[in-house]
Amino acid sequence: MGKRLADPAGPGGGGKAAPALEVEDLTVAYNEKPVLWDVDLSVPPGVLLAVVGPNGAGKTTLIRSVLGLLQPVAGKVRIFGRSLAEARQRVGYLPQRGSVDWDFPTTVLDTVMMGTYGQLGWLRRPGRREREAAMEALSRCNMADFAGRQISRLSGGQQQRVFLARALVQQADLYLMDEPFAAVDATTERAIVDVLRELRSQGRTLLVVHHDLETLNEYFDWVLLINVRRIALGPVSEVLTSENLRLTYGGRAAFLSVEGSRGAAADDPPAAPGGGIEA
Amino acid sequence: MSPQLEILLIACATAAACAIPGCFLVLRRLSLMSDAISHAILLGIVGGYLLAGRLDSPLLIIGAALTGVLTVGLTESLVQTRRVREDAAIGLVFPLLFSLAVILIARFADQVHLDTDAVLLGELAFAPFNRWQAGGLDLGPVSLWVMGGLLLLNLLLLFTFYKEAKLSTFDPALCAALGFSPLLLAYGLMSVVSLTSVGAFDAVGSILVVALMVAPPAAAQLLCERLEHMLAISVAIGCAAALSGFYLARLLDSSIAGSMAVMCGVLFLLAWLLAPQRGVLASLALRQQQRWDFAGRVLCIHLLQHEGTPEELSESAVQHMGEGLDWSPAFSSEALAHAQDAGLLVRRGDLLELTELGRETARETLGRA
Repeated sequence: MGKRLADPAGPGGGGKAAPALEVEDLTVAYNEKPVLWDVDLSVPPGVLLAVVGPNGAGKTTLIRSVLGLLQPVAGKVRIFGRSLAEARQRVGYLPQRGSVDWDFPTTVLDTVMMGTYGQLGWLRRPGRREREAAMEALSRCNMADFAGRQISRLSGGQQQRVFLARALVQQADLYLMDEPFAAVDATTERAIVDVLRELRSQGRTLLVVHHDLETLNEYFDWVLLINVRRIALGPVSEVLTSENLRLTYGGRAAFLSVEGSRGAAADDPPAAPGGGIEA
Repeated sequence: MSPQLEILLIACATAAACAIPGCFLVLRRLSLMSDAISHAILLGIVGGYLLAGRLDSPLLIIGAALTGVLTVGLTESLVQTRRVREDAAIGLVFPLLFSLAVILIARFADQVHLDTDAVLLGELAFAPFNRWQAGGLDLGPVSLWVMGGLLLLNLLLLFTFYKEAKLSTFDPALCAALGFSPLLLAYGLMSVVSLTSVGAFDAVGSILVVALMVAPPAAAQLLCERLEHMLAISVAIGCAAALSGFYLARLLDSSIAGSMAVMCGVLFLLAWLLAPQRGVLASLALRQQQRWDFAGRVLCIHLLQHEGTPEELSESAVQHMGEGLDWSPAFSSEALAHAQDAGLLVRRGDLLELTELGRETARETLGRA
């Protein structure tokens, strides 16, 4: 792992470790209407980063563009200093739960094993090793007892954990997760946070679309505030200012920053640059 | 082989060959694509005939398979413009291609046997007459070879690309993110649907092709929880529809393909009604059971609240039970009977008394709320 993370950044990298994700001038539009407008990002390896913004801010679009699922109008994406094609096996993806049909005839174990298909490539079949990896991932998400169950007979939180287990078996260095906390109960949220932290402590980088501003400080190290344009990117304590929140959410910012119990310092504009929000 | 056995074998091979790609169409919510493709391929057949000048040229099959894929391509391009939705796009494309074929037949090919009725309904009864002969040796009906070959091809593709087909059907986004090409897989599936339709419509007609591609997989999906089982069961249901349809046709002295299509519908209806977990009857029974279970809990809570209070005698009297809860006499006596069967309460003369299980249930229900 450590060796892989220390890959040279290529020409101009100067021997420094390449960013886990580097996005330059990314613009994405649907029918000439920009959803992302000239976004630049540089995410260092080993951070647990929340992607935060209102509905329609382009969070999912950002993730899908990084994965090459969308054709951007302009812009460049580098992953550990390489192109997506070169780095694809190092990228893991957890889509939104609503993006698949949960009535599909498949069991929990089979669904998790799909995460190993990327390493297998075309034609090779999953075998015992893949099955064991999937079982282990299920155990880490407290879902081993459900391995044989059909996926429609799970609660929303359990389905979310199946997706997390499927992401785990991808063994990626950079994870892109689209709302893993959507509509889950407190127990599941806890279980997911534990897994995310474990992944980060192994040196992996995680971009996680998140909606709950109250838990930002507790769960994440870094935050990307986005609303079509990039508003701010950096450590949570530096970036989560009332000014940045207002830029991200518009008029609702006052309400949002007061809501956070620890937002008192951030309400005071002069304190914003250094102070930010303290835990 | 007797002609009857030959017909049955052709029908079963067709049913099995159709069920395999049919499962993926149904799971992708593209069932109507089988309808579109099986009609649109007529244009390719006519085009192939006009180019080759005869009916037994391989150009007809190549043309048909190409128009099948063209149908999918045109539909997808229409959807991509975001001006029409998928179902409307299908409905726009295939009638156009089919009617072009009808015009071409009427204009240039009306002297040959390219009969639009036969295209829609097929005539399985005549299949044994068209035989493959090599060097004076009778090798059996051509349709049997064609459908047997297509079945083998579909099985081979299924075993080779099972993992990819499953992933791209369940989660195309992850499929692409992992480095596969969902687009290639989708067109591969549609090519298989086209080829299978071309082979099958000659023998059984396009209506039965659609029925065999959609009804058995739709029924199988209600009966099982794994894709492998769904594939196997839909092949079995397809064959069952083919066999029972054949005997229905004999009984009614009617069209074989038509009767088989009817049996597809009948078997689906049976699965829809009787499937153990997802069937209509099973969910009715489940709802009924939940209703009595809930009524039992309400009774237990009611009795528990009044246990040891001055009103206990009046509130736990059997005949007042319904009044306090505002239940009709019929409903409350039924609910009481179910609760007694479940061991939640016992009847002592005119009074009801909670059992330990009943108290437990009431507390657990209250605690949960």
